[in-house]
Amino acid sequence: MLEYALIAGLLFGLYFSLIGLGLNLVFGVMRVVNLAHGDFLMLGGFAAYWLFTLRGVNPIFSIPIVFVAFALIGWPLYYLLVPRLQASKDPEMLSLILFFGLSQVIEACATIGFGTSEYSIPGDVLGSEPWHILNQTFPASWMVSGIASAVCIALVYLYLYRTRIGYVTRAVMSQRDEALSTGINVHAVSALAFGISLALAAVAGVLAPFMFGSIVPAMGVAVTITSFAVIVMGSLGQPLGTVLGGMVYGVALMFMQTYASSWANLLPYLVLILILLVRPTGLLGKRVRHA
Amino acid sequence: MGSGCGMRNGLRHLIFVLVPVVAAFAVLPWVYSNHLLLFNFVVFLVLAQGINVIYGFTGYLPFGYVGFFGAGAYGFSLLVLHMHAPPLLALVAGALAALILGIILTPLLRLEGAYFAIATLAASEVVAQIISNPNLTNVTQGPYGIRLSGVYAPRFAYSVAVVILALTLLMVVYLRNSRFGLALQAIRENPVSASMAGVDVVRGRTIAWLLSALIAGLIGAVYAWYISVFYPETVFDLGMSIFAIVFALFGGTATIVGPISGVAILYGIYNGIGIATPQYFQLIYGTLIMALVSFLPNGLLPLLKRWGINVP
Repeated sequence: MLEYALIAGLLFGLYFSLIGLGLNLVFGVMRVVNLAHGDFLMLGGFAAYWLFTLRGVNPIFSIPIVFVAFALIGWPLYYLLVPRLQASKDPEMLSLILFFGLSQVIEACATIGFGTSEYSIPGDVLGSEPWHILNQTFPASWMVSGIASAVCIALVYLYLYRTRIGYVTRAVMSQRDEALSTGINVHAVSALAFGISLALAAVAGVLAPFMFGSIVPAMGVAVTITSFAVIVMGSLGQPLGTVLGGMVYGVALMFMQTYASSWANLLPYLVLILILLVRPTGLLGKRVRHA
Repeated sequence: MGSGCGMRNGLRHLIFVLVPVVAAFAVLPWVYSNHLLLFNFVVFLVLAQGINVIYGFTGYLPFGYVGFFGAGAYGFSLLVLHMHAPPLLALVAGALAALILGIILTPLLRLEGAYFAIATLAASEVVAQIISNPNLTNVTQGPYGIRLSGVYAPRFAYSVAVVILALTLLMVVYLRNSRFGLALQAIRENPVSASMAGVDVVRGRTIAWLLSALIAGLIGAVYAWYISVFYPETVFDLGMSIFAIVFALFGGTATIVGPISGVAILYGIYNGIGIATPQYFQLIYGTLIMALVSFLPNGLLPLLKRWGINVP
């Protein structure tokens, strides 16, 4: 039981890290809260569903397809929404409202297109043989999703810490105004980060039918709130802190589901509120008010 | 501004803003038959002013503001269900529940900007999850919702809601015209300078925070009383927070008239769209919110100021 909860928790932790990663990247780089994050995840899920049922594309191969497609959507969407926002008096707060509007629009369009019923992709397309680790059995789809999430996290790490554009991106994250004055094209860097963020959400969406069991057009808000729980635990604005938050969330969730299932939905929030009251900036955070 | 001038302005605000608004909502039920709509207007006017107290004056945006509303609704309902308390006493319990939640959450005021917004969102979600947990069905009715047929009295509840609206407006008029309100705005602009100028920052923001919690708790309690049948997701609906925030921001915060006109215009449009299919309605409303934020990022206020109108 213990081993099962722990390993399943780590697998889900990787997946939750992937869910939160993009949201945290956007917040870190442009100080904007994308409340439509969960809706982009939902769209990614429906893209995978559509590719699978109509074109017979295995979700594994859908991952690179949706990644590129959503990165390409994110680029112009950034220029459409964010610079205008940053001209206002209180962009962080206004972004919550703007992206709430976007979330409503996406959810409405998805409902018009797909109705309100649940959609799923059979789990055995990611491998029919369950995996055995420490005498415990796990569905292949969980393992594949966990590995895919780990690969995406590793790629984001490489992007941020091993490439020049990542170096510049981190410069914008830590001091936006100074980055601007040293001649960094802040908008181009931000647009790229926005595109990558949507792409990560969409990849998480491709895996969503396996990890959540099914997808529905209205799932966006709940997913966004889960992502917040994950990134606040890990610290807002620190993309790799997300992984810590995701792990804590995943393991806590699995232990709760194993030992006290009817309280399972509660624990992640309790962990979150405890962390917030004791360490308001999250586990890795530094940023507090001066007064 | 001298205090005499502040008092004179305050009196003007009472006579030209508070009295007409409250009088209108006291009279409207006699001439307009959709009482639920009028009640909802009062609820959003109060919530938008509650947001105004905390966000407009101190710059803290509580995205999970609805948590206090829900706490008030459940505080009211539990006292009625388990102690068979009369509604007016239960109302006090609702206000207390929100106040206690506010006190528990005061450490969150150490966070800034979006950190605070999201932390309150999480806090509201925690309360909603606890209340709707099936294990607590004996106490809170869990996810099955509350039924309060015994105290159902919509007319009376509506009158109490109008009284709460009057009290809330009175508080905003006070903040708008007092040293304390000015101190709060100094905290909003720059907490470090404010504290150097002798403003007790922690005390000021805590009072504003608890006042706004109290406002939401009171109106939440009246809401529970008025509709008397509801589910946890009804009174912890994130949409309520967002509506209140959008209304307040659109009209202009740190003013008295701003949130009122925001509710009047936007909630008016919301009810006037007149499309029954929910997803098309959602589409139009979402687009409207995006357009407002994109083209009027600072609300109506700068527009009016450009035309030389000084908004009270």
